[in-house]
Amino acid sequence: MNAEVIIVGGGIIGCAAAYHLAKNGVSVLLLESSENIGDGGSTRNGGGVRQSGRDPRELPLIMYAIQNIWPKLSDMLDTNVEYCQHGNLRLGSTPQHKAILEGLTSRAAACGLDVRMISGDEARQLNPYLSEEVSCASWCPTDGHANPLMATMGYYKMARRLGAHIISGEKVVELRKIKGAVRQAVTVSGNVYEGDTIILAAGYESRFIASTVGIDIPMQPVLLETLVTEAVAPMFWQMLGTADADFYGHQTEHGSFVFGLNSGLEPYAKPGKPLSTSIAASAACRGIMRYFPSLSKIKVVRSWAGWMDSCADHVPVISKVEEVPGLILACGFTGHGFGIAPAVGLVLSQLAMGQETAVDLSALRYDRFQ
Amino acid sequence: MNDRNRKLKPFVPQPDDDLIVCRCEEITKGEIRRAVHDGMFTLTEIRRYLRTGMGLCQGQTCTKLVKGIVARELGVRPDILEPSTGRAPMRPIAMEVLAKDREEKAT
Ligand SMILES: Cc1cc2nc3c(=O)[nH]c(=O)nc-3n(C[C@H](O)[C@H](O)[C@H](O)COP(=O)(O)OP(=O)(O)OC[C@H]3O[C@@H](n4cnc5c(N)ncnc54)[C@H](O)[C@@H]3O)c2cc1C
Repeated sequence: MNAEVIIVGGGIIGCAAAYHLAKNGVSVLLLESSENIGDGGSTRNGGGVRQSGRDPRELPLIMYAIQNIWPKLSDMLDTNVEYCQHGNLRLGSTPQHKAILEGLTSRAAACGLDVRMISGDEARQLNPYLSEEVSCASWCPTDGHANPLMATMGYYKMARRLGAHIISGEKVVELRKIKGAVRQAVTVSGNVYEGDTIILAAGYESRFIASTVGIDIPMQPVLLETLVTEAVAPMFWQMLGTADADFYGHQTEHGSFVFGLNSGLEPYAKPGKPLSTSIAASAACRGIMRYFPSLSKIKVVRSWAGWMDSCADHVPVISKVEEVPGLILACGFTGHGFGIAPAVGLVLSQLAMGQETAVDLSALRYDRFQ
Repeated sequence: MNDRNRKLKPFVPQPDDDLIVCRCEEITKGEIRRAVHDGMFTLTEIRRYLRTGMGLCQGQTCTKLVKGIVARELGVRPDILEPSTGRAPMRPIAMEVLAKDREEKAT
């Protein structure tokens, strides 16, 4: 089976690229190894659409996405992606926290982002549920959050509607070159698919697939955990984080709270199926209740875990590969690839079509590790 | 291998499409049938797209019903559809209870 562009990986990155290509009339074939589309980080993440706290190399992508795509994404995808732009509060309670937040804030402000330090009282004016423990915060009014399940499945739904060919349960194990350029994707079931361009967006697994054409991207799998509560009446709409990064989260349009957790043991998780540990949710509940005492009676209904593709220098590789013409890499998102996904999908389609990209990608090249 | 572009029978409105199937999240039979035609071919995808079975009862009531509806829409036997994963804590637990996972001596 042939297509102009083959995409390996049906997470939000692969589905968003498929959407833009199909919209431009390019024939696309997307291969996903799992039985379920979007079964990786894309449907397991905390939904943050943040500029604050980002590495400056990633800021142009997220600023582009927030200015140009997120506000109209629900219409584009005919799916309510629950995008909510009510700012990000990153909270602190000690002088060390204040120093961390000041560092993050001044680096981002230097890149032109509207983010500033505020006092505990100013934070409580923005969010009256905050406890007296909070003594400082950074505030970025243009940050926000969205629903990762709806955004991922929405891109998939629209790509499919626009004619992208999508197959799940097809695990790619090898790429093959013909006359010096990558052309074939071979799956575990022995099927061979052929295309002019191959976009590799398979999360951490991209490392093994890229190695079959001699390319290595230094990545590691790291486990992240999340919980969700019962739905309650609306309390506040900001995205929340902490200086220690021990939890982050928000209240959804549905009324539930989604919190991402950090126990510190993430890089040491057992390989295989991502499993919630018994300690992370409990530890996060203690952190959340310290800053939000009024959430102590709210009921946790579900918790889950997911793998992130942690790159050696903590930003993704979004790049063509000189030694392997036809290959485009999109991996190493290091636990913050959801917010930038709409911009990444767009620039991947532009790379594949040989157009100039909407955002300069030179800081995210594959050969920067040499 | 699951080809997401294979042809389904056309979507035909049914008289009981307004029937609520997932009571916790108030999802109707018609919404589930529509979602299948929008490409949600697995029970996990249906759950993620519509929130069926993600409410307080965690799907104890509607799981079988949803499975039947999806299978009929796809024209397959219900038993070939993989169930979606159960998630801890299985029964809703208040944060203040979950937070006390270890005995702490009074200080
Ligand atoms: C718990 C958690 C919380 C997070 N919170 C946030 C947040 O708040 N904000 C934010 O911006 N980001 C967050 N992230 C990160 C974000 O989810 C990811 O960066 C993003 O989803 C990456 O998308 P992706 O499509 O590259 O990856 P994935 O969704 O992992 O998709 C990769 C796909 O490739 C498929 N695949 C793998 N191997 C093969 C193969 N051999 N052949 C074919 N297909 C294959 C996988 O099955 C998968 O579907 C979080 C991640 C996790 C896990």
